[in-house]
Amino acid sequence: MNALARSSYAIKAVGLAAPGLAGWAASMPVLSGAAPYVFSAETPYAPTLLPPNERRRATAAVRQAFRAAEDAIGGAGGARDLASVFASSDADMAVLHRICAALAQEPRIISPTDFHNSVHNAASGYWSIAVQSMAVTTTLSAYDASFTAGLIEAAALARDRAGDVLLVAYDASAPPPLSVKRPLALSAGVALILGPADGATAAPFGRIALELASGGESQCALPALEGLRSGNPALRALPLLELMAARRAASVTLRASGALHVTVRWTP
Amino acid sequence: MKPLAISSYTVTSALGRGRAAHVAGLRAERSGLAEQRFEDAQLPCWIGAVAGIESVNLPRELAAFDCRNNRLAEVALAQDGFLDAVADARARCGAHRIGVFIGTSTSGVRHTELAYRERQAAGTEYLPDWFNYRTTQNTFSIADYTRLRLKLEGVTVAISAACASSAKVFASAARAMESGFCDAAVVGGVDSLCLTTLYGFNSLQLVSAEICRPADAGRKGLSIGEAGGFALLTRAPASGSAACLGCGESSDAHHMSQPRPDGAGAVLAMRAALGVLAPERVGYINLHGTATPANDAAEDAAVTTLFGTEVPCSSTKGWTGHTLGAAGIVEAAFSLLVREQGFMPRSLNTREKDPALRAAVLLAARAQPVEYVLSNSFGFGGTNCSVLFGPAP
Repeated sequence: MNALARSSYAIKAVGLAAPGLAGWAASMPVLSGAAPYVFSAETPYAPTLLPPNERRRATAAVRQAFRAAEDAIGGAGGARDLASVFASSDADMAVLHRICAALAQEPRIISPTDFHNSVHNAASGYWSIAVQSMAVTTTLSAYDASFTAGLIEAAALARDRAGDVLLVAYDASAPPPLSVKRPLALSAGVALILGPADGATAAPFGRIALELASGGESQCALPALEGLRSGNPALRALPLLELMAARRAASVTLRASGALHVTVRWTP
Repeated sequence: MKPLAISSYTVTSALGRGRAAHVAGLRAERSGLAEQRFEDAQLPCWIGAVAGIESVNLPRELAAFDCRNNRLAEVALAQDGFLDAVADARARCGAHRIGVFIGTSTSGVRHTELAYRERQAAGTEYLPDWFNYRTTQNTFSIADYTRLRLKLEGVTVAISAACASSAKVFASAARAMESGFCDAAVVGGVDSLCLTTLYGFNSLQLVSAEICRPADAGRKGLSIGEAGGFALLTRAPASGSAACLGCGESSDAHHMSQPRPDGAGAVLAMRAALGVLAPERVGYINLHGTATPANDAAEDAAVTTLFGTEVPCSSTKGWTGHTLGAAGIVEAAFSLLVREQGFMPRSLNTREKDPALRAAVLLAARAQPVEYVLSNSFGFGGTNCSVLFGPAP
């Protein structure tokens, strides 16, 4: 536990993509409580970093991941050198639906593009192609705790590499009939770039320290955002993003697996 | 990375249940693959099925997790004293200090296929009531099942990076332990037969109608198998004992379903796994060796770039088939068995080595002590992972 208590991470960039939260910059006034939350459906998104062939083949979930990741990267460049962690509970349920529906009929014909898009790490693969990165990338799922699991992996990876890591948490809502079984209210993505923090490290979006905890999951400070938080695994990050937007030093607790939680202490 | 002790490990595949069945299969050069159909699949191919999965019962309190993939996990966990080894670690470290890192590519998708088939037959819009998405189809299901079955409360995650999934669990677990998120880790991988992968790989023309023949001049593609395997990783291995010494991960940044032909991504992963160990110290490489024309050529380019043409290597896909998300843990188990047995398996089913391949692919088994073994796993999305096993310093 000592290693945990000592570890602090600098947040270098933030990205956000959700209905009514179109990008981090535009969302800051909403997340800090300075402006009201107004629902607004997301417009279709064409990832700017993907080559045309891959852009054409990218699925809704991949686009959702890119929307958040590209918001975090901005025009900054340097994405090629970043290790990355992609955290998604369900990857692309529209692809899953098409494949399982096709296999339930004769003749059983699966689209080869659907098949290669069906892997959970599709977004990670497209990302490495988009930014021409040969660095470590990993893809994980922890159901509704996928953001927390991604944050743990990204923190461990940043410490291991002594370098910056891009974390992208994203999930796209399911088409029927899967939507009945896995009702995600909305599609969303959250991205963070974090690196090990020492006194000299620039931390334009503050610093976080992580500690394992046994309970007490935080809700959103703003009641209007609570439905978003519970409506998509990526948006379990919202209580943390609220602190960052308001630049308020405080802790939030996120659910991990089982009874395990993680307390994230944010400081400017 | 700091060396991690392999306190216990186990593997179940078409070769049988547990390590002894795998040693026997390797030594007898008896493949677990058979020319048979998986359920009502129509494709002519060979598959590596684990016998008896259909009749496995999960513990009653975990009945909601019932599906082919979790049944395979249940069988695999019960072999080689693994349950007891984890129970000991739990008593020593505390349930909340043992992490769970499980690789899978398709989790319980067979269950979803069955639900869709019933929906189609019934002509209804809805999936049947018995279909529980979270505990079967969702990628995390297998990790959650493993955690609950082992009564662990630590950090738990499913790593799903296609066919590198259960190699990457070693890297994630090592990082989490190093950062203090846990003191020990159960790593593993489980992937089970389903129509999605059979028809999916077939749509890419990667499934061979004959038994897979890695590195063969006439190789036609892969044979799909299913498997489950687990290892218990702890800190501070005793000097000389079997340890995980390094993990390397990289991306090809090339294509979603084709490896980078020059193997440059794989070279990065292998080099990172070696760390400071000189390549010539490696005594055996367990190749990813899927028997697709593209994989074996790219991997050969990578291996010869880093190791030259002398290090003995072979693919064990001829025994088990390509077990996809479980390939990493199955081949980790083979790598550990190679060290224990002082026995390097040949490339099974390889009749005539492709003259374009330059690596020292074993065409006959070799009895010889081996210290350091490297295991390769590569996957769709251009993801690469290599893991180094050897004696703890």
